[in-house]
Amino acid sequence: MSSTTRPLIDARDVHGGYGGMNILNGVNMTLEADEVGVIVGPNGAGKSTMLKAIFGLLYVSQGEILLNGQPIQNLPPNQLVQRGMGFVPQEKNVFPSLSVQENLEMGAFLKPQNVKRMLAQVYEFFPPLYEKRRQPAGELSGGQRQMVAMGRALMAEPSLLLLDEPTAGLSPLYMHEIFDRVKQINAAGVGILMVEQNAKQALAIADKGFVLAAGQNRFTDTGAALLADPDVAKSFLGG
Amino acid sequence: MNELAFFINNVVISGSVSGSIYAIGAIGVTLIFSIMRFAHFAHADMMTFGAFMVLLLTTLFPAAGASLGVPTGVLMLPLAMLLTAVLAVGIDKTFYKPLRAHGVKPIVLVIGSLGVTLILQGLIRLFSGTGGQSLYVDDRKEIFRLALPFEGARAPIVITEPQIYLFVITIIAVVALHLFLNRSRLGKAMRAMSDNPELAQASGINTNTIVAVTWMIAGALAAIAGTLLSLDVTFKPDLSFFLLLPIFAAAIVGGVGHPYGAIAGGFVVGFAETLAVFNWNVLLRPFQESFPAWLELPSNLAFVGTEYKIVVPFFILIAILVWRPTGLFKGKVI
Repeated sequence: MSSTTRPLIDARDVHGGYGGMNILNGVNMTLEADEVGVIVGPNGAGKSTMLKAIFGLLYVSQGEILLNGQPIQNLPPNQLVQRGMGFVPQEKNVFPSLSVQENLEMGAFLKPQNVKRMLAQVYEFFPPLYEKRRQPAGELSGGQRQMVAMGRALMAEPSLLLLDEPTAGLSPLYMHEIFDRVKQINAAGVGILMVEQNAKQALAIADKGFVLAAGQNRFTDTGAALLADPDVAKSFLGG
Repeated sequence: MNELAFFINNVVISGSVSGSIYAIGAIGVTLIFSIMRFAHFAHADMMTFGAFMVLLLTTLFPAAGASLGVPTGVLMLPLAMLLTAVLAVGIDKTFYKPLRAHGVKPIVLVIGSLGVTLILQGLIRLFSGTGGQSLYVDDRKEIFRLALPFEGARAPIVITEPQIYLFVITIIAVVALHLFLNRSRLGKAMRAMSDNPELAQASGINTNTIVAVTWMIAGALAAIAGTLLSLDVTFKPDLSFFLLLPIFAAAIVGGVGHPYGAIAGGFVVGFAETLAVFNWNVLLRPFQESFPAWLELPSNLAFVGTEYKIVVPFFILIAILVWRPTGLFKGKVI
């Protein structure tokens, strides 16, 4: 991936919200193809909303979002999947009555010719899922569900993976496991943009960090620089 | 032994016939609910429409089946299934899709489907007339009488040709549906959308396609149920009045949104009906001697009279809603 090409994702001055109420008031975000981006900030800052705006789940009223230089704002999600975007919602991120394997197959719905090869890759990546492949996903623990959800998104071989609080409600052990996986997925060439409550741990693996507050960028820098910034630490990382 | 034959004819066969028809209808209702989350009241009229298509085609080509050795009505069934599937998709595009696009509450769709019921029923009546008509136009309805292999058994087991077709086609339809839902990419996507429509969309599944496929399956199944019922008795334009309540009872008894539940629910309702109107005196009479002298069996020992058969599903429905609101299989909460 040459660094002279356009950024993977380039969001400029994004405004949007639900039912006339604006939550995003001009967010800017740029991420290169091989980077991990982390969105942190207080509750109600618009972190998840921004992720949803990128994935076409929220009406963008102003500004533009470019994927590899192409405008994508307000395209329906299934077209964005086709263009190489994968999204893992925070809640309800599996099909509970479908088996683990069926969940994964749904991820490759648009690329059925990929199913076999990608299943093997995802199972290699998340070995516990192979053992549970015939079990309904609704019966799995929270951490394993998160693996199913990430596995499902990876089945379409995305170039950009959006993760909405992948470690919410997980034990610290599982949190580290998930962050390790995120780093590995990124190492395999997938750009990652994720919203995280566990801000310190997440920024530690981030190439870029975006601190949002009240629907706007408050701080934007590398993960390491944000962690080192006393202002960020005082107001957003709990001292 | 004649009593046993009587029991088999009036309960086992009769219950299986109603059960199969209710099951096939309830599968359609439950699939529509699981994908679009509304109770489709016009479903029974889609069944009538399917049967009406068979009646039209059979009247047009009355001798078509004879050359192949099957009743013309059965021969026309696949074509009627196709036409009813097209009708179902058309109804969705014309009536329900615009409502969904407006983001209306499910109850609006339910009321809309009541309107569709009236339209369909009026149209069918307009073309078919109001009376009953046999779907056996040129063919002869075979009735098989099988003697029981017992000493002194005089009464035979009676089963009609359309009933045999009904059982065979029901089994084929259920197996085909099972394979579709569990093996095919589209069937799995249908289950996925029923589980979590937002995530299905986020996975790249085209939900409009799934909706259309659901209507096609529901329409085709409705045509099967309506046609086979009309072949067994007669075609009547108000067929749906007698089908709607038991079908919804079956879907709810089985657990709404659960196709296997709908099958089980269909047979529960079908057998409950036939058992409730069965005259138990027939089975108990042979043991009259062993009862104490003061216990004189009344000549009619049915739970309800045949004319009240239609209330049976109603009672089952109430019982299920009181004791097990999610149905026998755990369905989606309504």
